[in-house]
Amino acid sequence: MTPLGALLIRDMRLAVRVGGGALIGVLFFLVVVTLVPFAIGPDLALLKRIGPAVLWLAALLANLLALDRLFAVDQEDGSLDLLLMSRAPLELVVAVKGLAHWLTTGLPLVVAAPLIGLLLNLDGAAQAGLVLTLLVGTPALTFIGLIGAAIAVALRRGGLLLAVLVLPLTVPVLIFGVAAANAVLVGAAPFATPFTVLCALSLASLVIGPFAAAAALRQEIE
Amino acid sequence: MSLIDLANPSRFLKFADRVLPWLGGVTVIALAFGLNQAMGAPDDYQQGATVKIMFLHVPSAWLGMLAWGIMSIAALGTLVWRHPLADVAAKAAAPIGAAFTLLCLITGSLWGRPEWGTYWVWDARLTSELVLFLLYLGVIALWRTVEDPSRAARAAAILTLVGAVDLPIIKFSVDWWNTLHQGESVFRFGGSTIYPTILVPLLVMAVAFTLLFVTLHVAAMRNEILRRRVRTLRLMQAQATN
Repeated sequence: MTPLGALLIRDMRLAVRVGGGALIGVLFFLVVVTLVPFAIGPDLALLKRIGPAVLWLAALLANLLALDRLFAVDQEDGSLDLLLMSRAPLELVVAVKGLAHWLTTGLPLVVAAPLIGLLLNLDGAAQAGLVLTLLVGTPALTFIGLIGAAIAVALRRGGLLLAVLVLPLTVPVLIFGVAAANAVLVGAAPFATPFTVLCALSLASLVIGPFAAAAALRQEIE
Repeated sequence: MSLIDLANPSRFLKFADRVLPWLGGVTVIALAFGLNQAMGAPDDYQQGATVKIMFLHVPSAWLGMLAWGIMSIAALGTLVWRHPLADVAAKAAAPIGAAFTLLCLITGSLWGRPEWGTYWVWDARLTSELVLFLLYLGVIALWRTVEDPSRAARAAAILTLVGAVDLPIIKFSVDWWNTLHQGESVFRFGGSTIYPTILVPLLVMAVAFTLLFVTLHVAAMRNEILRRRVRTLRLMQAQATN
């Protein structure tokens, strides 16, 4: 097995076993969505109208909170040093860690979205649009968040600082994700335009994220 | 005197002390001249006197973006060339750029109230400008959370380069999306669409604001170097008393 493949499997195992926290993200997602009707009242028409936006926002926050510890755990047990010293390029190592993180926290959100969408009165077509946009957009959130996670571990800070640094960068993803999901729901605007821009954002962050995160991690050895 | 010579902080301090009075003087003259010209410019036939807000709004917007551009170049200086003054330049530029961006947002919303009937709309130009302001605050927060300046410098540099993606979005937002904010009218193919009686004072104000930025930036860099010296002296003093 190649080192990168081994790293992918290791990270996914750690995330789903006891002590990992992969499914807490889904739980958080559910809790946030449940809070919304309490805050704005159980008006089903209104909930349906803002449903995609609420789900996108909850997914964004769940993703962000899960990222906080992505590199910090490796730093505490020393495996980050091994990753930094390995012969595999650090950018690829970071990208693989991001992929493992997305598979264990981003993908469950996508899978859970239709179920949780029921709570907000979303039906067939709107559900499909939402799942499709989340499937394409959550990788962008993960890979933008990687930069913040790497900076946080290099500075030994996290929490609110990470959120303040990363959230402004995720604004375009949120805009186009919600625009595409709403296009299906309302049907007034075309779906393809915001959706393709969302794909482009994911691809761009797939390139920028690992390089910036690797540059931040390299400060660790200096 | 090249950029390498100024890498020595003592030389930079001497240089700053020499140029700052001149820069300050020229800035005051340019600002006075520009404001006078702006006041003398004719009112717009539709907007009336509110058109004069533009003489502050447009240069602040340019300077807010220019400051991030300078921070991005300084970030390259920190990460690639390890220029010792690069992170000082980046740190000093952040609050000034944030102030210009805030000024742009405030003047814009004061103009928007009578002209658009609202202080704020969520169109692409306004939103991307607000994101720029949030990015500035994020970078400033980063500088303020980490005690060791060199550690903070590299993290801030990475964040600055990533955030630079927002600059083209701001610039081209009026072309890419159908915004309430008017399209590009100064720098465009086929020449400016602004009448010279308004365009000339606007450009004078832009030069004056740029001079203001340079003055504030050099002064802030000088203060930052002095602040770091004080910090080092205090650390040495604390070690000596132990």
